[in-house]
Amino acid sequence: MSKARALFDRELTDLRDNILHLGNMVEAAIEGAVQALREQDKELAHQVITGDAEINTKRYDIEEQCLRLIATQQPAAGDLRAIVAAIHIVTELERMGDYASGIAELATRLADQPHLKPLIDVPRMAEIDGEMIRASLDAYFKHDPDLALETAKRDAEIDGLYDQVYRELLTYMLSDPQTITRATYLLWVAHKLERIADRVTNICERVIFISTGEFQELNF
Amino acid sequence: MSKLETRDLWFYYNDFEALHGISMRIEERRITALIGPSGCGKSTFLRCFNRMNDTIPGTRIVGEVLLDGRNIYAPDVDVVELRRRVGMVFQRPNPFPQSIYDNVAFGPRVLNLARGSALDDLVEQSLRAAALWNEVKDKLHSSALDLSAGEQQRLCIARVLAVKPEVILMDEPCSALDPAATLRIEDLMRELREDYTIVIVTHNMQQAARVSDYTGFFWLGELVEYDETGKIFTRPAQRLTEDYITGRMG
Repeated sequence: MSKARALFDRELTDLRDNILHLGNMVEAAIEGAVQALREQDKELAHQVITGDAEINTKRYDIEEQCLRLIATQQPAAGDLRAIVAAIHIVTELERMGDYASGIAELATRLADQPHLKPLIDVPRMAEIDGEMIRASLDAYFKHDPDLALETAKRDAEIDGLYDQVYRELLTYMLSDPQTITRATYLLWVAHKLERIADRVTNICERVIFISTGEFQELNF
Repeated sequence: MSKLETRDLWFYYNDFEALHGISMRIEERRITALIGPSGCGKSTFLRCFNRMNDTIPGTRIVGEVLLDGRNIYAPDVDVVELRRRVGMVFQRPNPFPQSIYDNVAFGPRVLNLARGSALDDLVEQSLRAAALWNEVKDKLHSSALDLSAGEQQRLCIARVLAVKPEVILMDEPCSALDPAATLRIEDLMRELREDYTIVIVTHNMQQAARVSDYTGFFWLGELVEYDETGKIFTRPAQRLTEDYITGRMG
């Protein structure tokens, strides 16, 4: 293998590391936002909100790295697909960061009132989101379409939990109008967690594309 | 019907087997690029289309090469006429040490295609088609060797066009040119594609990707993969093609 190719491979590894780092940042933001909600911790919520700027910066750094690789290496075939996919993936991750920040914002609004109900399903959704993000990035790094497909299928679990939360909160609101504001905020939280899983599904579609060259719409 | 077709084509330099049974169809009025590492057989393959290999002692060919469905290696084929129909542009511009006009008029004169004002018209037409007319119209009778390398290469293309070919073979036509001259030749190829079938051998993969409709990847005398250029450079079917175009080997 030529030195030029070896250098290109090192740059691709570096790109990978950066994506992994961004994924970790987003996962931590989601976890932090839901923890702030559960523990009514305004300080933690504030940290998540301000931390979103770092996620945005990291995303643009990675995008620039991709553009530089395209301009200087003229990648083709699998390399090209992986780099273009990286641009899409970091965009998805950045949006997930926005959802985390939105959840933290709602956590701040909910921090001064007693919990409407014990939070079980919402943290469970966040946990699954985190697992899905990790698995989707793992599938990207390994070019593993089967893992991507398995990961996307977990969106159905998230949708199931979301429906459950929705029905439960509706019952609260119907039986006691006093709960409407709190229940609505919680519903928004659940909706953001549901959207995060949809974004992971988009990443999985990209992984299938770079591994097989075929676009496949995943809907579970 | 394809403009050109090879059927189970084998080629030998003495005992060395350079092509191992290549079957390939070249579409009319399209640009087909042949890529692959040095020594993979792509130039040998290109030269089979106008029997340029015939001039090399010790070579032998087995199989068929069809132009419009007729085998060009059949005993009754007029090789001079074949090379008029299937012209060739080489790696280094090779104008004759004559005037610009005489370079372009050379083929038509030998083949007795035109004379007098008809020849003037043919020279102008050919230079225009080669995108060179505006640069040389006021100095047609000065030496072709005073032109820049890029202009000389376009002159060689004009010289091919003057004998009214159907196919143009290009063997790394831009490898001796700077980037600006290279892009002019590529523009020209896109224009010529309207009227001619073009087969180009190139080491420059970005050039193949930019300019061609179809790409064939050669490796050790085999045609490994042949498909639409867009597919070859984004989703090649063969691992070997992927490794070559991404610089992992070759």
